[in-house]
Amino acid sequence: MIVAVLQFPGSNCDQDVVHALGTVLGADARLVWHGDAGLPTGTDLVVLPGGFSYGDYLRSGAIAARSPIMVPVRAFAESGGTVLGICNGFQVLTEAGMLPGALLRNAGVQFVCRDVCLRVESQASALTARLQPGSLHVMPVAHREGNYFADEPTLAALEATGRVLLRYADPLTGEASREANPNGSAHGIAAIANKKGNVIGMMPHPERAVDAELGPVGGRVMLEGLLTEVRRRN
Amino acid sequence: MRARVTIVPRPEVLDPQGRAVAHALEGLGFGVVKGVRVGRIVDVELSDGLDRQAAEAKLEQMTRELLANLVIEDFRIDWLD
Amino acid sequence: MFDLTPELIARHGLTPDEYADIQRRLGRLPTFEELGVFSAMWSEHCAYKSSRIHFGLLPTTGPHVLLGPGENAGLVAIGPDRQGRQWAAAFKMESHNHPSFLEPVQGAATGVGGILRDVFTMGARPIAILNALRFGAPDHPRTRSLVAGVVQGVGGYGNCIGVPTVGGNCGFDACYDGNILVNAFALGVVPVDRVFKGAATGVGNPVIYVGSATGRDGLHGATMASAAFDATAKDQRPAVQVGDPFQEKLLLEACLELFAEDWLAGIQDMGAAGLTSSAFEMASRAGLGMSLNLNAVPMRAANLTAYELLLSESQERMLLVARRGCEDRVRAVCDKWGLESAVIGSVTDTGRMVCRFDGATVVDVPVAAVVDDAPSYDRPRRPPADLEERRRLDLSDLPDLADPGDLLALMAHPEIASKRWIWQQYDHTVRNGTKVGPGAADAAVIRVHENGARLALAVDCTERYGFADPWACGALAVAEAVRNLSCVGAEPLGLTDCLNFGNPEDPEVMWQLVEAMRGVGDAARALGAPVVSGNVSLYNATAGESILPTPMIAAVGRLPDGVQPVSSGFVSAGDEVWLLGSFRPSLGASRWLHQKRGRHAGRVAEVDLAAEAAVSALVRRLVGDGVARNAHDLSDGGLAVALAECAVAHADRPFAVACQLPEPAQSGGALRVTERLFGETGACVLIGALSGHRALIAQLAAEAGVSSMRLGVVGTQGDEFVLGPLVVPLVALAKAHAQGFEQVVLGGESGGRQPPSQH
Repeated sequence: MIVAVLQFPGSNCDQDVVHALGTVLGADARLVWHGDAGLPTGTDLVVLPGGFSYGDYLRSGAIAARSPIMVPVRAFAESGGTVLGICNGFQVLTEAGMLPGALLRNAGVQFVCRDVCLRVESQASALTARLQPGSLHVMPVAHREGNYFADEPTLAALEATGRVLLRYADPLTGEASREANPNGSAHGIAAIANKKGNVIGMMPHPERAVDAELGPVGGRVMLEGLLTEVRRRN
Repeated sequence: MRARVTIVPRPEVLDPQGRAVAHALEGLGFGVVKGVRVGRIVDVELSDGLDRQAAEAKLEQMTRELLANLVIEDFRIDWLD
Repeated sequence: MFDLTPELIARHGLTPDEYADIQRRLGRLPTFEELGVFSAMWSEHCAYKSSRIHFGLLPTTGPHVLLGPGENAGLVAIGPDRQGRQWAAAFKMESHNHPSFLEPVQGAATGVGGILRDVFTMGARPIAILNALRFGAPDHPRTRSLVAGVVQGVGGYGNCIGVPTVGGNCGFDACYDGNILVNAFALGVVPVDRVFKGAATGVGNPVIYVGSATGRDGLHGATMASAAFDATAKDQRPAVQVGDPFQEKLLLEACLELFAEDWLAGIQDMGAAGLTSSAFEMASRAGLGMSLNLNAVPMRAANLTAYELLLSESQERMLLVARRGCEDRVRAVCDKWGLESAVIGSVTDTGRMVCRFDGATVVDVPVAAVVDDAPSYDRPRRPPADLEERRRLDLSDLPDLADPGDLLALMAHPEIASKRWIWQQYDHTVRNGTKVGPGAADAAVIRVHENGARLALAVDCTERYGFADPWACGALAVAEAVRNLSCVGAEPLGLTDCLNFGNPEDPEVMWQLVEAMRGVGDAARALGAPVVSGNVSLYNATAGESILPTPMIAAVGRLPDGVQPVSSGFVSAGDEVWLLGSFRPSLGASRWLHQKRGRHAGRVAEVDLAAEAAVSALVRRLVGDGVARNAHDLSDGGLAVALAECAVAHADRPFAVACQLPEPAQSGGALRVTERLFGETGACVLIGALSGHRALIAQLAAEAGVSSMRLGVVGTQGDEFVLGPLVVPLVALAKAHAQGFEQVVLGGESGGRQPPSQH
């Protein structure tokens, strides 16, 4: 299982993703430089990690979305390969037009770093195929632009076709609520997929929740499921 | 040749920064403020001697491709010279 | 030519004597550029000229210390990795007080950027940031915007570069109304055999400039940091630098890539006094000289002068000395990361710094004359004339009541209330190593990926204690920091200090500084925690008024293998509450008294360093053995506040508490109720323990020579906080603690509001 972890100037969760998928979960996770023209031969999964690519100057993810490596990544996705964007990676995927909508400044304006609880809404993606619908998973968010926006028809289409994968939910009741939503995201959306379910964007950081010694391991279950599902599909 | 690209959030898009600024202005006693939208300005310097129409087309293209995100933003181009 | 007028010399912060000294050493008049160089290098900020003579008060060696003060950061040993390679932690704390007052966002951001560079200059990858902040009175008109700006600046920089901000503290006092404090700490890890130093070794080696091009930023920042503010402070605005964390991230990754090779002989960041200080310090450490061509320096602005190139404080720049022949490889790495780089000179054996610009020699001075032989003053000092008055404590006009309103007011004081509003804006989980983050325990705990070590970090100072007893203030800052490490089960490895004081030319301030340093030194020795790096920030004064002595102390410790850190808050109903340590509280210099009177008065309870050491050791033992399930030391607000903090640590599920109010040890007559509730003291820790451990705790405490007292239990039911006669509804207590910060500092707006949903 070869995982290409893209490294843009300013990525800062790249090492964390390599640690989670490689050291902890045993995949062959490799850093791939943004200026490279191609992905490693035999790449099974591409991850766009979090951070502040190009300083998030202009708009979050905007410049990274136009970097050379995104040409082969797009081709990889079009041929059915699985692409996961986490946090800044999600922003890059929307900027690249590979996912609909955009991530706006948090409704509370400030950067927010805290644990959130996520409810699985749909299994229609490689990320969630192995997770129980309605199940809850705890992991951190850390972002200033995580407020998901799309126009009403797009939101309606996402909802109708099971492409809303994860929603922020209250850990006690399991219900999506205003209090549970850390950034004002439309419909409490934390993760979405494209039509084929192979391009996935999520704001929370599963790679930061893989180690019982450090806290909640909601991310480990999710990433394990992702690796298993990618292995099955390839 | 210098042009100014003015980029603002589309009217239907929530603008938390703008809202915060509006709130702060109210707090300072500027009761006349009805709303604030925070955008940004990109001044672009182009090679001299370009045909203005061609230059404007180029500018529009670069704005659509990178400078603005049309999902959430509108833009306007003005010439500075 | 220019005129060396007395005004010009004074504007450079040089005294007539110092100027005469410069002429004597050069044997001629200095050039304009040399005047700038001496001015910067002989500033208080760079030369520590008022404090250096007293550095001997601080212990700097110990069993874990690999490198003490003198380099960019100190080093302590943190054990081997699985391959047996030894690792070190590099850490340091620095102030960025004056720039942050002028422009809080950029001032705080560049403070973080600077301390990160100090750490990665040692070859270490930064893995944690702390920040210690002091603002003016909560109701001062500027406080609100300064808090918001500084927090945005600290967070913005750390978040972007991807180093977690895992802890800190934030205090308020009217003495900081016109001079806030922003102290930033960073820690990194490096294999012991790959430590880099800031020495320009190897005659003939090329000197390479890497990073942002030079502009006119921060000219004379070092001199500014050494000048007291006056009413014209706002006119100094152009001197503040702008930070670019993205550029620093690239610089960091490029440097780490270079460190992995054998291409560099030395490296130093360009901080205060820019190219000048880095070049001089590198040459000085190697005992060699340097020849620089200033025209080769990458420039961002047109028509920069030699003077500006030497003294600009543009951020995110490094000076490298490469091994001869490695220039191209160094350049290739810089190119990969999109960084500008240029060979700007070479190392010489002359012992002189020679800088050329536009074909002329603009600087030609002996390195030693500027660095090693910088002025050092034993400034006069004397206790404040009103010291006896300051120490006098008269409580006769204050009612002696167990008033719930007092506890609620203390819990809502922004210094005591939850700082969630702050730390939620800091990315504290990036790097996947944060075991105990901000607000959860008395110290933060991070796991080092490279060798599995768990390091504990705490930063403390109670400046109120310095009003009447700066020695105690210094000693207790160290004691509290070490106590906080002990509360998570960690043994101290070393300390870094940031000594923030007023105008050293005032003998009373100078007395405070030396007393506080004596206190830090005494406590550091008693607690086995040497000072491995640090910084002195003087002239923290506005309109002649100096700040309270603020010797900020950050402590770094290590958890023994197998020990699990515990939280400060209670974890389980039914646990028994114990007070460990000799309970001798005093209302002198207390938060309660200040709350009542609006001013400082009295002296903190007597400091007992042997008792501190014994309590810390006992708490570590109890945490390590799994007997203590939580641990929290007594500090601001005394026993009542400490116990209340344990009860409401989780605002959404607070624990009821039923405890007796202990009698003080060796009471010469009954103490007042308010004194027992809110009086402050060192060397005391509260723990919650499983009920079956009564005899064991008593025995271990007796063996350690520490008194122990079972105060009560964590409530299994009920909704009240009970400490002797003091009874407070739990909900009100939790609310005061959770919302106090925002309500007082932010007027109850902005921060705490839930974002509206777009539903």
